Amino acid sequence: MGLLGHFTYWATVFILMTGLYIVIARGNLVKKLVGLGIFQTSVYLLYVAPGKLIGGTAPIVGGAFSVYSNPLPHVLILTAIVVGVATLALGLALVVRIREAYGTVEEDELLEADAKDD
Amino acid sequence: MLSQHFPILLVALPLIAAPLIVLGRSGFLGWIASLAVTGAATLMAGALLAKTTAAGTISYAVGSWPPPWGIEYRVDAANALVALLVSAVALVAMPYARRSVSAEIGQDRQYLFYALLMLCLSGLLGMTLTGDAFNLFVFLEISSLSTYVLIALGRDRRALTAAYQYLILGTTGATLYVIGVGMLYLATGTLNLADMAARLPDVSDTRPGVAGLAFITAGIGLKFALFPLHAWLPGAYTYAPSVVSAFLAATATKVSAYVLMRLYFSVYGVDAVFRDMPLGPVLAVLSVAALFVASAAAIVQRDLKRLLAYSSVAQMGYITLGISLGSATGLAAAVAHLVNHGVTKGALFLLAGGIALRAGGTGLERVAGLGRTMPLTAFAFVVGGLSLIGIPGTAGFASKWALVSAAIGDGQWWVAAAVLLSSLLAVAYVWRFVECAYFRDPPQDAPAPGEAPADMTGPALALTAAVVAGGLLAAPVLEASARAAAALMGLAR
Amino acid sequence: MTRDIVLRVIGKILIPYALVFALYVQFHGDYGPGGGFQAGVVVAAAVIFYGIIFGLAAARRAVPEPLVESLLALGVLLYAGVGVAGILLGGNYLDYFVLDHDPVHGQLRGIFWVEAGVGITVSGVMLKIFYLFAGRGRDLEEG
Repeated sequence: MGLLGHFTYWATVFILMTGLYIVIARGNLVKKLVGLGIFQTSVYLLYVAPGKLIGGTAPIVGGAFSVYSNPLPHVLILTAIVVGVATLALGLALVVRIREAYGTVEEDELLEADAKDD
Repeated sequence: MLSQHFPILLVALPLIAAPLIVLGRSGFLGWIASLAVTGAATLMAGALLAKTTAAGTISYAVGSWPPPWGIEYRVDAANALVALLVSAVALVAMPYARRSVSAEIGQDRQYLFYALLMLCLSGLLGMTLTGDAFNLFVFLEISSLSTYVLIALGRDRRALTAAYQYLILGTTGATLYVIGVGMLYLATGTLNLADMAARLPDVSDTRPGVAGLAFITAGIGLKFALFPLHAWLPGAYTYAPSVVSAFLAATATKVSAYVLMRLYFSVYGVDAVFRDMPLGPVLAVLSVAALFVASAAAIVQRDLKRLLAYSSVAQMGYITLGISLGSATGLAAAVAHLVNHGVTKGALFLLAGGIALRAGGTGLERVAGLGRTMPLTAFAFVVGGLSLIGIPGTAGFASKWALVSAAIGDGQWWVAAAVLLSSLLAVAYVWRFVECAYFRDPPQDAPAPGEAPADMTGPALALTAAVVAGGLLAAPVLEASARAAAALMGLAR
Repeated sequence: MTRDIVLRVIGKILIPYALVFALYVQFHGDYGPGGGFQAGVVVAAAVIFYGIIFGLAAARRAVPEPLVESLLALGVLLYAGVGVAGILLGGNYLDYFVLDHDPVHGQLRGIFWVEAGVGITVSGVMLKIFYLFAGRGRDLEEG
């Protein structure tokens, strides 16, 4: 298991950091949500990749198969994907409402508007 | 027997009530249903607490799949206590909700409010009772997503940005938690918390074990506003509708704190967290920073709800300080403060909702002269404030005293000193309210001066009475917390 | 857009097949890839396709909004109802084994109704999201 043997983990870390960076560094509320989506995607990879056995089949009981992939991570991640979709929809709905209330979706302009309210 | 199904019914009942309320499409029916559900939930949680006290841990296999393969609900003295806190606060808030919600949320959206409140309750109870790490994440997200919407229902447009900010940070926290669980799953091959606890000693010093602990600490820390991860909290509590502020302040962060205790003490075990890794000092430093920085921030606020919100960040510091001691007495003090502060903050936010209704807002300039226009509310608020400070005779004193004695018992004198010193800062921010309420003239343009209606003042005063009762008769809570601490620490080994 | 003949004809041909395919995905989920979540999304996609081609008002006439809201609540109730049925028949919550004389049949029956609940809810939620987002600016203008 050299550097390449862990390549799914490297990919996971890269996606994770990319997403987190976008969430932190971007001021546009929609772009932040995109970053959040990428960040969540890293979890999917973290769970699903180790569940796969090269050469393994779906876990169907039968005489011809003896090597199975682990189905549990897929089921977990299906749930996590649904949660991610719900979060994204809710986040976008909030952005629409913010845009209607403030007329902008840029974080710095929102902060200015809030400062005036206080 | 129905009583054996209480662990799941406690979660399923609000979950079933939510779609029924949506089908009913009526705010009034939604309120009736929520009242019935919170009442039933409180009774069931009380029965569970009595049962765990008498007979120990209850295990419930969802779908009759035996654990560790199926999802297990595992109730012991610790989470039965938290479940009782959550459902009881929800029950007290319900009579209050009717008028408060009518005043703050449009007629056509009220039924959605109650449906979301039920979903949030279901999520919080699920987080409390489940014995499965991934199931916990799902309930965490159910409660969080409904919370974001509940906050966004606030009247001020800043409620929207507060909800958005909470959504970003809350989702980041939940994702970090699920990464941590992923590490643990890879290392142990199980998601059942009890099973994980049995297997973890072999791997807790490996890199996935250590990294998992770090991810979980950061993720759950974000959810319960561990300093400096508290940025979402002041806005969310300030601009949410009054009932939501009270309910969240009393329950949401408390449930997350319980989750951290469960993972530290039951799953990883004291040795792994506090001896092999330096989490004790790290948490202690962050907690002490929270005590001073957040209390100082509370002093300079110009809005009552925001002041209370910063005070919440500081008070969560006491809970994490109790955890950081890594001892049974420290943990018991943390659990006791979790309950006592939940009740205190619930009472204070309910009172603040009454003030918002009568004085036309919660800015400190609106609070002026409250001692004359709303004497009962102002007095109750001062009682709640005394509990935040930790004056003898209030619930806050009982748990702070337990914390100080635990710290001294462990030889951590500086922790005890920090607790006492930070209480002085609490005096300062409570004094801000006293000064405005009793030594200034009321504003001339208050919409409806006078006490809030009885159905709002009543629940708030009931919780305030509970604060005093928890101070004068502290023994039941302290004993229940000691049992909870024993249960939390017993599961690991 | 509404006068584009190619889109209208292709849409009218494709949408019924999409709906039938959704049923296949729903009921074949017991034996192969598929299930309620995917089927619900396919149903919603068919209606959304209809809405994009023929306009939001037409979609709302075909699948009225109150119906969508009831659907998303009913699906959750169906799911939770299977759980309660398990308790009523003497098992635990979401206990499939007691739903029929034979545990394996009970499992098939349980998963069938749970997936039906999921399908109904998911199609309801997806449509509700589409209606809310698509109608947002327009509903405000119309008052």
